[in-house]
Amino acid sequence: MVQPIPVPEDSINATPALDVQGLSVEFPTRRGVLTAIDDVSMQIAPGEILGVVGESGAGKSITGLAVLGLLEHPGRIAQGAIHVGGRRVDTLSEAELTKVRGREMGAIFQDPLTALNPLFTVGKQLVETIRLHTPLSKAQAEERALELLRSVGIPAPEERLRQYPHQFSGGMRQRVVIALALAAGPRLIIADEPTTALDVSIQAQITALLRKLCDETGVGIMLVTHDMGVIAETADRVCVMYSGRVVESGPVSDVIHNPQHPYTKGLMAAIPSLHDRVEVLSQIDGSMPRLNARPSGCAFHPRCPYAGAKCAAQKPPLQQVGSTRAACWLQQGGTE
Amino acid sequence: MNVVLEDTAPALSVSHVSKVFDVSAPWLNRVIERRPKLYVEAVSDISFTVEKGTCFSIVGESGCGKSTVARLVTGLYATTNGDIRFGTGAKGRPIKVQMIFQDPHSSLNPRWRVGDIIAEPIREMKLRDTEKETLDRVRELLETVGLGADDALKYPHEFSGGQRQRISIARALASEPELLVCDEPTSALDVSVQAQILNLMRRLQDELGLTYLFISHDLSVVRHMSNHIAVMYLGRIVEQAPVEELFTNPQHPYSKLLLATIPDIENPKRRVEAQAGEPPSPLNPPSGCAFHPRCPVALSKCSQSAPDLCPVSPEGKVACFVAQAAETADPVPVAL
Repeated sequence: MVQPIPVPEDSINATPALDVQGLSVEFPTRRGVLTAIDDVSMQIAPGEILGVVGESGAGKSITGLAVLGLLEHPGRIAQGAIHVGGRRVDTLSEAELTKVRGREMGAIFQDPLTALNPLFTVGKQLVETIRLHTPLSKAQAEERALELLRSVGIPAPEERLRQYPHQFSGGMRQRVVIALALAAGPRLIIADEPTTALDVSIQAQITALLRKLCDETGVGIMLVTHDMGVIAETADRVCVMYSGRVVESGPVSDVIHNPQHPYTKGLMAAIPSLHDRVEVLSQIDGSMPRLNARPSGCAFHPRCPYAGAKCAAQKPPLQQVGSTRAACWLQQGGTE
Repeated sequence: MNVVLEDTAPALSVSHVSKVFDVSAPWLNRVIERRPKLYVEAVSDISFTVEKGTCFSIVGESGCGKSTVARLVTGLYATTNGDIRFGTGAKGRPIKVQMIFQDPHSSLNPRWRVGDIIAEPIREMKLRDTEKETLDRVRELLETVGLGADDALKYPHEFSGGQRQRISIARALASEPELLVCDEPTSALDVSVQAQILNLMRRLQDELGLTYLFISHDLSVVRHMSNHIAVMYLGRIVEQAPVEELFTNPQHPYSKLLLATIPDIENPKRRVEAQAGEPPSPLNPPSGCAFHPRCPVALSKCSQSAPDLCPVSPEGKVACFVAQAAETADPVPVAL
């Protein structure tokens, strides 16, 4: 059984913004049940940014969608519990979930254009969201919409409220989506690749904004991304996912500078450096296994240079190794 | 088409090339609504040369015209102005050019077997006399890019993203090119797979003596691959320098902005306030230097006239009044 990730010392008494325990997500198909997420646990304290990083198909987006209750049919939560701000959400009915979603948790997706309704002004969408989740009057909601746009750094918010999404640039649109996610003052925001569709100079502005909002409002953010650089500059802690499981988690600087799991090591070494030039990048041969062909034991063992007999036979638990937690037999009594 | 062949040292020389696209509304709309014709200058007056056996990279944000340059060089677009000259290759004939595209999912025909995809250029250009020789060549190409000979009978959907990009490279190599134009070849790939493809491209460069024109928005990839870099902003080259010079001592304020905003894993900039501003629309570019509205060191003349790309070091050129003035007066670069 995977141990829960400890919450940082200073927030031990506060209710975590997100508490996921032993989550498994399955997709029944004609050819059998695919396990997209296998026994994943994570916690996010208020005001903390947890980075969830992994390659495509690692299950990082599915984790975010499961928390939001937005798994597409036939996906289902097979095991585990999800608590948002101390309230269990995975057992709620669709009607109850609709009330929680938006108020307790907000979402920011990759493409800001498809996240906004092109037929309504930005102001109307903000006011609608605010009034749905709070008892504010129309005038008060408009006031709050203005405040929100100001807080996400949109210049001239009075005029911008009356404009349509297509009149905004990509970076400004993502700011509007962030304002919408914040509209009802949620405890948790799931940000799924929020900067992937943006240019680097805009990306830096958006990640700085997320950090600022996190500090100011105390919202917990789950930052799902494939970009280790974004994680390094934004997140407090990081979970590295591989083939539906968390293989390593810990404080960002420890995971980046002193990774314990061979996959994390390989991933870090594969990123071309901005400072030193090497002749040959170190590479991880092969690719992530498909869901219907996940190897036995540790899913990484066919690609792992240190793999032994035990790795193919038994799944390693996530255990404290130095300053991070890693799921690898190498640090837990050898691979033989 | 004013593409001229020349027996000179560089593999490729591009001089004063511009490309203007007509983006006007349809004729009837223009007549009824009295709208004028509308043009976008996607690439304006750019010049560079690529020496044989080197890698020349063009970096910039989306919409800066870097992909248009790739398509101009490969003849997929005709130039509006200027010359593109190819050097002499094997047997005194002009250098052969091939292109690798960004998305390996859309650049391979899903209905063709991989063997046929790779054999098509060989058959079309009659590079081999018999079918058996063609199939031998296909097998050899597959092995060169790290796939198996029996993969020739499979369809593209049976491969992962990285393997598909290997197939694209094999297809590009089939016609025995000397210059490869690579338009974001690793942007659609995960980092561990990206490292595999970058290593493959470097190995092929050594083995086959290839010249690369490499288009990317990812500065760490560009630093790993290239000898020379050109930074583009809104259709113009704003700085051009050897890779080490550009990374250690960028001259143009835009190059500095790019380098300052890319997420850095080794030294994360967690508390730096991101610089404001967004790239302007190419439909309505600012007067003078296109970067002046975002530039922290802009002078009054920057909004009136556009600076030329002038040498500031033995191999470095920059299009910025401030950097050029600093270079003539004082060798210390202007701080951002």
